[in-house]
Amino acid sequence: MLEKAIKGNVLYWGWLFFLLAIIGVGAGAYMMQLEQGLGITGLNRDVSWGFYIAQFTFLVGVAASAVMMVIPKYLHNFKAFGRMLILGEFLAIAAVSMCLMFIIADLGQPQRLMNVLLHPSPNSILFWDMIVLNGYLFLNLLIGWVTLQSERKQVAPPKWIMPFIYLSIPWAVSIHTVTAFLYAGLPGRDFWLTAVMAPSFLASAFAAGPALLILLGLAVKVFAKWDPGKESIQALAKIVVYAMSVHLFIVACKVFTAFYSQIPDKLYHYKFLYLGLDGHTTLATFSWVAIAAGVIAVIILLNPRNRQAENVLAFSCILILLSTWIDKGLGLISAGFIPNPMKQVVLYTPTQPELLITLAIWAKGFLILTILYKVAVGVKKEIEA
Amino acid sequence: MKSSRRKFIRMAGFAALGWSICPSLAGAAVEAGPKLYFKGEEQLSATQWAMAVDTKKLTRQVMNKCIEACHTLHNVPEIDSNQNIKWLWIEPFRNLFYDQSHPNLTDMANKPFLALCNHCENPPCVRVCPTKATFKRPDGIVLMDFHRCIGCRFCMAGCPYGSRSFNFFDPRRYLEQLDPEYPTRTKGVVEKCEFCAHRLDKGQMPACVEASEGALLFGDLSDSSSDVRRALRERYSLVRKPKLGTGPNVYYLI
Amino acid sequence: MYHANKIIPGLVIFGLLMTFPFWFNIGSAAYSTPELVLPEDHEFCVESVEYMRAEHMSMLNEWRDAYVRDGYGEYQSMLTGQMYPMSLTKTCMNCHNNKEEFCDRCHASVSVDPYCWDCHIEPQGVE
Repeated sequence: MLEKAIKGNVLYWGWLFFLLAIIGVGAGAYMMQLEQGLGITGLNRDVSWGFYIAQFTFLVGVAASAVMMVIPKYLHNFKAFGRMLILGEFLAIAAVSMCLMFIIADLGQPQRLMNVLLHPSPNSILFWDMIVLNGYLFLNLLIGWVTLQSERKQVAPPKWIMPFIYLSIPWAVSIHTVTAFLYAGLPGRDFWLTAVMAPSFLASAFAAGPALLILLGLAVKVFAKWDPGKESIQALAKIVVYAMSVHLFIVACKVFTAFYSQIPDKLYHYKFLYLGLDGHTTLATFSWVAIAAGVIAVIILLNPRNRQAENVLAFSCILILLSTWIDKGLGLISAGFIPNPMKQVVLYTPTQPELLITLAIWAKGFLILTILYKVAVGVKKEIEA
Repeated sequence: MKSSRRKFIRMAGFAALGWSICPSLAGAAVEAGPKLYFKGEEQLSATQWAMAVDTKKLTRQVMNKCIEACHTLHNVPEIDSNQNIKWLWIEPFRNLFYDQSHPNLTDMANKPFLALCNHCENPPCVRVCPTKATFKRPDGIVLMDFHRCIGCRFCMAGCPYGSRSFNFFDPRRYLEQLDPEYPTRTKGVVEKCEFCAHRLDKGQMPACVEASEGALLFGDLSDSSSDVRRALRERYSLVRKPKLGTGPNVYYLI
Repeated sequence: MYHANKIIPGLVIFGLLMTFPFWFNIGSAAYSTPELVLPEDHEFCVESVEYMRAEHMSMLNEWRDAYVRDGYGEYQSMLTGQMYPMSLTKTCMNCHNNKEEFCDRCHASVSVDPYCWDCHIEPQGVE
C-alpha cells in the first residue's frame, strides 16, 4: 500500500518539501541543542519543563481522540464512522510519534534514553507513560494497517484483530490518564495536585482531537477530492461541542476551588494564570483568549444549523484548537511551576531555537500524517473507483 | 511467486529478530565470582543522617564560608542567570518557611537562612525518577548517580523544595579552577547536595559542617546521643513543608 | 525476474554501500597496535594485563555502580589479593597519569570516545 505515497501531484510534493524544509531548519537548531545543552532554551532552574513537554501533553490528547470513533463504530455499530475511522487511527500514529519526539527533544542526555529500559522503575509514572505511548503507537499501526489492507482486498478484517481493537479503547484512555498522573501526583505542585487532572485532560482531548479530525477531514475533501462523509463529520462535531463544554465546566470548577478557598498554595498559581502575578500578565492574556475562544465555539456549535455549515464548523474547530492548545501548550506547565517552591515568580519564555525545534517536530508529525493519509485516501479511492 | 517472496521476507525478519535477542538472553546468566568489593574500614555508618541548622549562629560570613567549602569541593559552577546551580544557598526565612510566616514577623522574615536538599525520608524525587538515577542509600542519604541521569528533570518537578539544579550547559564553561578530588558534571544531568556521602565514606564530616564553626550539626538521627538529637531535644526546631509528608532531615533550630 | 532493470542496479548499489568501509580503506596503512607509555615504577596493574586489556571498560562500569550505588570503596585484586580504592582518578590515573599517552592512544585508534573525562578530571600530565 505504501506505493500510494510515492505517486502524487505537484501540490502533494510541494507540501512534503515545504515540511522537509522546516524539519531541516529545526534539525539544525537541535544539533545546536545537542552540542551546547538545553541552555539554549528558555528553561531555567525554576521552570524546568516548558514548551516541549507542553506540546507533548497537548498531542497525547489528540492521539487519544481516535477512541471517540472506535467506540461508536465497534461498540455501537455506528457505521458512518467506518468510512473515516482510518483517518482517526492514522492521526493517532502521527500524534504519538510527535509525543515521543518531544520527550526526546526535552531530554538533557538523549543518548542515555535506553536507561529507562535498562533500569525499569515501575514507581515512576514516566516509565508507565513510555509503555502506554509506545503500546498505543503499536496498536494503531497494527489496527490501521490491517483494517486498511482488508478493506483494499474487500474482505472483512481478520478476526484476530478484534481483541486489539477492543484493547485500544481503554488504552487510549490510559495514555492521557497516565500523562495526567505525571503532573497530578507531585507533592508541592499545588496547581497540578488535583484528582480532576485526568478527567480534565480527557475532556479537552476529546474536544481538541475530533476538532482537528474535522479540519483534516475537510482538508482531505478539498485537496484529495475524497469526501469522508457528512454524517461522520456531524457526529464528530457533536462530540467536540459536548467535550468542550465539559472541559470548560471543569476549568470553572478548578477556578472556583482555588478562588473561593483562598488557600495561597493553590490560589497563587491561578492568580498567575488568570490575573497575573507581580505585574506579569502575558500568560493571563492568553488564558482569557483561550476561555473566550472556547466559550464562543461552544455557543456557535450548540446550534445544529451552525454545525451543518461547513465553513462555520471549520472556524469553530479552529477556535477550539486554539483554546485547548493555549490551555495545555502554554498555561498548564508555566502555571504549574510559577510561582516556584519559595513562592517567587521566575518567568519562562521559549527561545528562538526552542521554537524552531518545536516547529520541526510538528512538521515531522504532519509529514507522517500526510503520507499516511495519502495511502489511506489512495486505497479508499481505489476501492470506490 | 508473490506470496512466497512475501513469506521469505517475513521469515528473514523473524530470523533477524531471533539473532538479535538470543545473545542478550545468553548474557543474562552472569556467573557469580568471588567477592571482590569491600567497604572501607573508616566508613561512617548511620540509620538516618540528619542535619540541624543553628539559625542563631548563622552569620553572613559563616554561611558564605559553608557555601564556599561546598561549591569548591564539588566543582559547583557560579552561573549568573536563572539557569544556575545551587547545592547550598542563602534564602530568607519568609521564602523558606512562607507557610509558617506572617506579615508581622518583620525581623525574622528577612533573616537569611541556609537552604539545601532535605534528604527526605520519603523523597518524591526518588519516586518519580524513571531510571533510579536518584536513589536512597541505607543510611538515608538521597544520592544522585550522575552516570545514569537522562536529564528528564522529573525530579525537579517532584522536589517541593527547589533543591535540584540542572546542567543547562557544560559546567566547565563556568569553572575557572577544578578540584581534582571530585568530578564535575556533564551537561544535561541534574545535581544537588548529597550530604557529602563520599566524605562520610572516608570517615569525614560534610564539608559545610566542617566550615560552619558549629552552626551546622550533623549526625545519626537514630542515635539519641548524637549532636543532632541533643539539639533537637533542647531547642525548638522547624522543618520545611511538614504537611507534605516527605519527612525532611534538615532541621532549623530557632 | 520482474523489474530486473531496477532490482539488479539496486542490489549493486546496496552491495557497494555495505562494503564501503573495506574499499574506502584500500591502500591506507594496515592497523598497528598503538605504542603505550606504561608507568615505570609499577610492576602490576589491578589485574593481569590481558584481563585489563579486555575487561577494563566493564570493570570500570562495575566499579562505578559498586562505589556510587552500593557504597563499596575497596576492590580486592584477583591477581595479588591487594586492596585498591575503586576510583578512576585516584587509582587508575594515579599510575596512568598521562591520558594522551595511555588512554587516548588505543581509544583513538579504535575510534571509541568514552565520556569518562566529561566529568572526571584527568591529571594534568606528568609533574
